[in-house]
Amino acid sequence: MNSPLDSLAARAGQVNLSSQEVARYSRHLIMPEVGMDGQKRLKAASVLLIGAGGLGSPLGLYLAAAGVGRIGLVDFDVVDFSNLQRQVLHGTPDVGRPKLHSARDRLQAINPEVRLDLYETHLTSANALQILGPYDVVIDGTDNFPTRYLVNDACVLLGKPNVYGSIFRFDGQATVFYPGRGPCYRCLYPEPPPPGEVPSCAEGGVLGVLPGLVGCIQATEAVKLILGRGEPLIGRLLLYDALEMRFREFKVRRNPMCPMCGDNPTIKQLIDYDQFCGVRGQEAPPAAQAAGSPGLGETTVEQLKQRLDRGEKVFILDVRNPEEVQICRIPGSVLLPLPSLPQRLRELNRDQEMIVHCKSGMRSQRAIDFLRQQGFTKLSNLKGGILAWADKIDPTMPKY
Amino acid sequence: MIFHVRLFARARDLGGADHAALDLPNGATVADMRRRLVALHPQLADLAGKCAVAVDAEFADDNRVLTEGAEIALLPPVSGG
Ligand SMILES: [Zn+2]
Repeated sequence: MNSPLDSLAARAGQVNLSSQEVARYSRHLIMPEVGMDGQKRLKAASVLLIGAGGLGSPLGLYLAAAGVGRIGLVDFDVVDFSNLQRQVLHGTPDVGRPKLHSARDRLQAINPEVRLDLYETHLTSANALQILGPYDVVIDGTDNFPTRYLVNDACVLLGKPNVYGSIFRFDGQATVFYPGRGPCYRCLYPEPPPPGEVPSCAEGGVLGVLPGLVGCIQATEAVKLILGRGEPLIGRLLLYDALEMRFREFKVRRNPMCPMCGDNPTIKQLIDYDQFCGVRGQEAPPAAQAAGSPGLGETTVEQLKQRLDRGEKVFILDVRNPEEVQICRIPGSVLLPLPSLPQRLRELNRDQEMIVHCKSGMRSQRAIDFLRQQGFTKLSNLKGGILAWADKIDPTMPKY
Repeated sequence: MIFHVRLFARARDLGGADHAALDLPNGATVADMRRRLVALHPQLADLAGKCAVAVDAEFADDNRVLTEGAEIALLPPVSGG
C-alpha cells in the first residue's frame, strides 16, 4: 500500500529554510539524524491532530515547535475550567473560547512558520475522508470510542499512518497503526466495550500530567515517521503506568481476519460509529442534557425539588464515587457507588421508590438497568444528574 | 495450575486488584481464562470479553493454549484523550 510519506523526500527537495528558520531549528540541524534534509522533511510534511484536548495540547506545542510545515486541528469544543488541569494549550483567559482559537493563538506564537488548518467540527463518517485526505500523518487524540474507530477505519481506507494514544486515570497507551506495515486498531480491539463500561476522563478523572507524557510519545513517533528515522512503534503497544512509573510493551500482529485490514476485509467504507459503539450520543453537555421534558422513567431536578419542598420522603440514591460526593451532594441522598452496587444490594429495599442520580445521568442509568434486572421496579433517573441540580436548583453548588 | 493475570486500567478498578490468581486445568485457553476470571469477578462480565489479552508480552487470541508460567495480561480498551 502506498503511504503519503513515500513522496516526502521529493517534496522536501523543493523547500528551503530561511536564515531565521536555520537559527530556529539549529539544535535539530546539527544532529545527523535530522540535519538539513530532515528539517526540510518536517517543513514539507503535514500532520492532522484530531482533538485539541489533553493529548492534542503537547502534540500541537511540540509539533509546531519542531517545524512541521502544516498542522491541521479538528475540534469543536469550547475551553472549560475543567480542561485547564491538563490541556496546556489553553489558558485561563481562554475559558469560553473555542479550543481551536486558543490553539491557533498559542501555536502561532510558538512558531509563525507553521501553516495551521482549523476544522471546527465533529469528525464524522461524512467528512472524515475529506478532512484526513491532505495529510501525511494522522494523530488520534480523541476522547471517545466512536471517533477512535472512525479515525482507524479512515486511515486504513486512505493508507495513512495513525499515531495512536489514549489515557485513563493513571494509565496510558500508545502505538502506531500503519496500514500495510502492521496491525490496525480493530486488530487489537475488534469490538468496543459496552457504552459506559469504560469511563471517560470526565467520568473517571485523569492525572493532569498523564496526557502530557502520552502526547509527547505520540509527537516523538510522528516526528520519527516524518524523518524516516529510528524504530517506529508499529506492532507494539506501549503501556504506561504512572502510579508504578513503569512502561510495558506488548507485541501486536495484524489479524488476517480483521474486518478492516485483514486478508478479506468486509468493511470497505465508513460506517455509523455511534451505532457500532452502541452510544445514543455521547454524554451531552449538562446544559443540553438538563433541558427539555422528562422522558419515561425520568425525574427532573425541578420535580425532585418540589417533592422535597412538600416534605415528601424521597429516597435519593447517589451512585457516584465517594471522591465526587466530597465535592457536592444533594441533601438527604444515600451514597452507594455504582461499582459496589452488586455487593451491597441487600442495603436497598426493592419495594421502595428510588430516584437515582450521578453526575450527569449516565451512570445512574446503568445503575437503574442493573437494579431492574435484580427485580427493582420503582426507579427513576434524575435527568441531568447533580450538574442539573447545580444549574437549576442550587447555584452555590460547585460543579466539576 | 495457578495462573496470574495482570489487570490494567479499568479492569484493575473493577477487579479491585492489579492481578487475579486463577486455577485453570492443563490445556486451558485464553477463552477459558476469561470465563474463569468472570466467574471470580462478576463485575468484569461486561468488560472481559472486550479486553485484549497478552500472553508473554504478545497479544493472543481466544484459542491460544496457556502453558505453565505464562504471563497473562488483560488490557481493556481506553478512550480518553
Ligand atoms: Zn486490522
